[in-house]
Amino acid sequence: MAGKFFFIDTTRCTACRGCQIACKQYKKHSVSKTKQYGTYQNPIDLDANTFRLVRFSEHPSKVNSMVWYFFSEACRHCLKPGCQKKVEQIKKDAIIINDFGAVLYTDKMQGLEKSSKAIKQACPWSIPNWSKKEKQMVKCNMCYDRVEAGLLPACAKACPTGAINFGDEAEMKKLANECLAAAKKKFGGKGEILDSEDVRVLYLIIDEQAKYRPVA
Amino acid sequence: MTNHWIDIRNSDCILIMGSNAAENHPISMKWVTKAMDKGATLINVDPRFTRTSSKADIYTALRSGTDIPFLGGMMNYILTNKKYHKEYAANYTNASFIVGSKFDFKDGLFSGFDPKKKKYDKSAWAFEKDANGVPKRDLTLKDPRCVFQLMKKHYSRYTPKTVSSITGTPEKDLKKVWETYAKTGAVDKTGTIMYAMGWTQHTVGVQNIRMMAMIQLMLGNMGRAGGGVNALRGESNVQGSTDHCLLFHILPGYMATPNTKLPKLANYLKRRAKSNDPLSANWWQYEPKYMVSFLKSMFGEAATVANDFGYDWMPKLDAGADYSWLTIFDEMYKGNLKGFFAWGQNPACSGANSNKTRKAMAKLDWMVNVNIFDNETASFWKGPGMNPDEIKTEVIFLPCATSVEKEGSITNSGRWSQWRYQGPKRLRGVKPDGEIMVELFEKIRELYKDGGTFPEPIQNMRWDFVKNGKFDAHAVAKLINGYFEKDATVKGKSFKKGTLVPSFAYLLTDGSTSSGNWLYCNSYTEKGNMAARRGKKDPTGMGLYPEWSWCWPVNRRIIYNRASVDLNGKPWSPDKNILEYKNGKWVGDVPDGGWPPMVNKEKTKRPFIMKPDGVASVFGPGRADGPFPEHYEPLECPVPKNLFSSQRMSPTAVVYGADTDAHATCDPRFPFVGTTYRVTEHWQTGILTRWQPWLLETQPQLFVEMSIELGKLRGINNGDMCKVSSARGEVEAVAIVTGRFKPFKVQGTTVHQIGLPWCFGWVHPEDGGDSANLLTPSTGDPNTRIPESKAFMVNVEKSGKRRA
Repeated sequence: MAGKFFFIDTTRCTACRGCQIACKQYKKHSVSKTKQYGTYQNPIDLDANTFRLVRFSEHPSKVNSMVWYFFSEACRHCLKPGCQKKVEQIKKDAIIINDFGAVLYTDKMQGLEKSSKAIKQACPWSIPNWSKKEKQMVKCNMCYDRVEAGLLPACAKACPTGAINFGDEAEMKKLANECLAAAKKKFGGKGEILDSEDVRVLYLIIDEQAKYRPVA
Repeated sequence: MTNHWIDIRNSDCILIMGSNAAENHPISMKWVTKAMDKGATLINVDPRFTRTSSKADIYTALRSGTDIPFLGGMMNYILTNKKYHKEYAANYTNASFIVGSKFDFKDGLFSGFDPKKKKYDKSAWAFEKDANGVPKRDLTLKDPRCVFQLMKKHYSRYTPKTVSSITGTPEKDLKKVWETYAKTGAVDKTGTIMYAMGWTQHTVGVQNIRMMAMIQLMLGNMGRAGGGVNALRGESNVQGSTDHCLLFHILPGYMATPNTKLPKLANYLKRRAKSNDPLSANWWQYEPKYMVSFLKSMFGEAATVANDFGYDWMPKLDAGADYSWLTIFDEMYKGNLKGFFAWGQNPACSGANSNKTRKAMAKLDWMVNVNIFDNETASFWKGPGMNPDEIKTEVIFLPCATSVEKEGSITNSGRWSQWRYQGPKRLRGVKPDGEIMVELFEKIRELYKDGGTFPEPIQNMRWDFVKNGKFDAHAVAKLINGYFEKDATVKGKSFKKGTLVPSFAYLLTDGSTSSGNWLYCNSYTEKGNMAARRGKKDPTGMGLYPEWSWCWPVNRRIIYNRASVDLNGKPWSPDKNILEYKNGKWVGDVPDGGWPPMVNKEKTKRPFIMKPDGVASVFGPGRADGPFPEHYEPLECPVPKNLFSSQRMSPTAVVYGADTDAHATCDPRFPFVGTTYRVTEHWQTGILTRWQPWLLETQPQLFVEMSIELGKLRGINNGDMCKVSSARGEVEAVAIVTGRFKPFKVQGTTVHQIGLPWCFGWVHPEDGGDSANLLTPSTGDPNTRIPESKAFMVNVEKSGKRRA
């Protein structure tokens, strides 16, 4: 099977959170007890029940007084995953990359609670989280079972505006380049694809990355 | 919607104002985004920067309740700078009509006002007519008494400076929006408006929408792909329920409810004046066919010529009396109602001034709540401030099936009636609404078996659509379409008794046909259930998809579509061809009447066929509050003066006088403008969504949004618990202090505005907070009596309480 990629065009995202909920629905995840923290973003971060989270970030702007950026965050499915490199030092073959590139945590990940912090830190975006219920680190698995069945991942299926796209590498890279060109035209030359050489989840943003998500 | 969802993609300029499409109609943004991909401009005007604003090319803010100044200023810009589509305006609207000499406008009042009754004598706004009784016209639009010139004069007062001083919108932003939108007045361009409750829920709600409709008409945007006036419906089937007479003043298909001034069928059928203009389709001349067929659908064989087809058995309104939501609860509060069905609704949270609503329910003898979850209405008697021991109301809760657990149709905002099949099996012990109604009626009929007071309507009710004692959605849908009740020949075709009527053109006045709703006649025919169709052909390429579901009327996807062509029948926009007159026939969408184009003066009819004169009403003599929209401040507002006149608030607005109807203007206790809204994550009052853990996780508690400046002023930090209060009630809410709200400069002073969603209630979750409608006033628009829940006055202060 050809390598699969996501292309996420943040300029098209309306933060409806269809992706966040569709992920939970498909995976039958339970919820955390949340509060209103003074933001629409909720839960406040990725957790054992939240593999995809829409981040909300607002900033003053010269145009239209404000910008409100939305960033649907989940595992990037790295070509050379930092988490995998870290876990290899502890346990062999606990993390595998399947035939279309999904980075999957196997049952061998069970019981690594003591290393959970180190595994999380090994990810440049701090994506994986320890699940007490599963007794292992958890994160997005690219809905590999759906993909094998010829379906879109739940998040991409739910997206109404074409912000989340999923498909073969060539198709996604072509789309990313087209959208990048369109964004640059529309937003005065601004626009970049994040980490395009390293990951299977290509994000198009039009401002500094730190304005979308916490950057270490 | 005059158009439909997919059609938004055809627009050159989309104005989202009075709605928050991205948050409350998320899927609509699919089509907005497609339009933007093709170069369309998205404009968003909202008191608060929202998820919709985040996607807009142009965003600006206005103070809640000032849409008419904003749009009146746009009209002034369009007329002064000649941005209008002149040929369209002259031929397809009443801009050319000469208004009678009695019409005048002085200091905020139109002629004909009776200050004692707070009502207008609308005859003072009549058109001047010629010897044949046809309104006089000046197609050059130059006569000083023509609608165009009177309108120009009226809105010349709406200068950028005055408008800005009222709305709080910077002048440069006003001009930017006006210039951008007015570009759609170019002959081949179209612009669309997406609005919702942000426009309707005001004492000037109807006039807000009329103002925009007038702009659309002057720019030539009605009836065209990518144009129209598009109400985004807040419930998936609100269009269907309105079509089928949800409201008290109409029967199915928008026919008036009979009233005491129309005691006999003959009075009813003759009440409409006929236009003498040969170019008018005089559509309502066919109403007798629709009404008699409707009565046959109600009473079947019992409805005969001899008994006026059972017209006497139809309930009659007391002429002139009001039976709207606000009045129902006002009467209930006064103790004048004994019983109440709250069916599929949660008035304890959804109605304005919820304290009044909740107290009113305590005056009832009984109440039945049909719903899928417990809610603040069903449990009102044990709610905050209630003492169950003192409440006599017997409350009966009937659990019902959800919409996906039953078969039937849903009519969406674009007027598409879409058949849906049952998904999951329903839980044991719950019933679909239809079954509950069938059982209820059969019990009532049993009680009337041996007579009683006025038993005829009950005894004679047609009941042949109930199969084996069960509600049958197909049988009901067929009756809504209508049958031939006896063998008949119409338009040269013979039909056997029991045949489904092919379309409303075949309905008859003699009782040979039935139709539960003439607008839906054509939806379920001998060819099958049209609403269940799933054909994907798109012959025009404009997204009409004529074989997907079914659309009223007669599958016309864009209404008033003969206004999309010029007088020769050629599309104004060649690249947006939804209809064209070619080789002696119309090609494309189902035309609004099959008459040839206007150039054929002998045989044509004007395109706005439902209007008496065949043209759209820029000057509208039918409304309670005037023929031109005029700015009035809301019942509660932050300014002592209306800059346009000495009429501060609408002189005809409805104000109720119960002790709970307190209101306060320019009152230091309530210094800030308040508004309410919805969030993507919850549905209406939240009954369906607050019990859904994934959704509740994303929006768990009531919040109040305010500007950084107001936060500073009140010492409120982001995340603090606050008390928000109005003259009528108070709620606890978590502060979201944000740059997305900004203070307004209004009449030289700083005005702050706050906003909060109305999707929470005390029943669940425990720490979620209560309804924002505890704050809103039950005052109403004089035409519709929709409450003014989008602009009122509040206070906000730190409550000192800890967040639960």
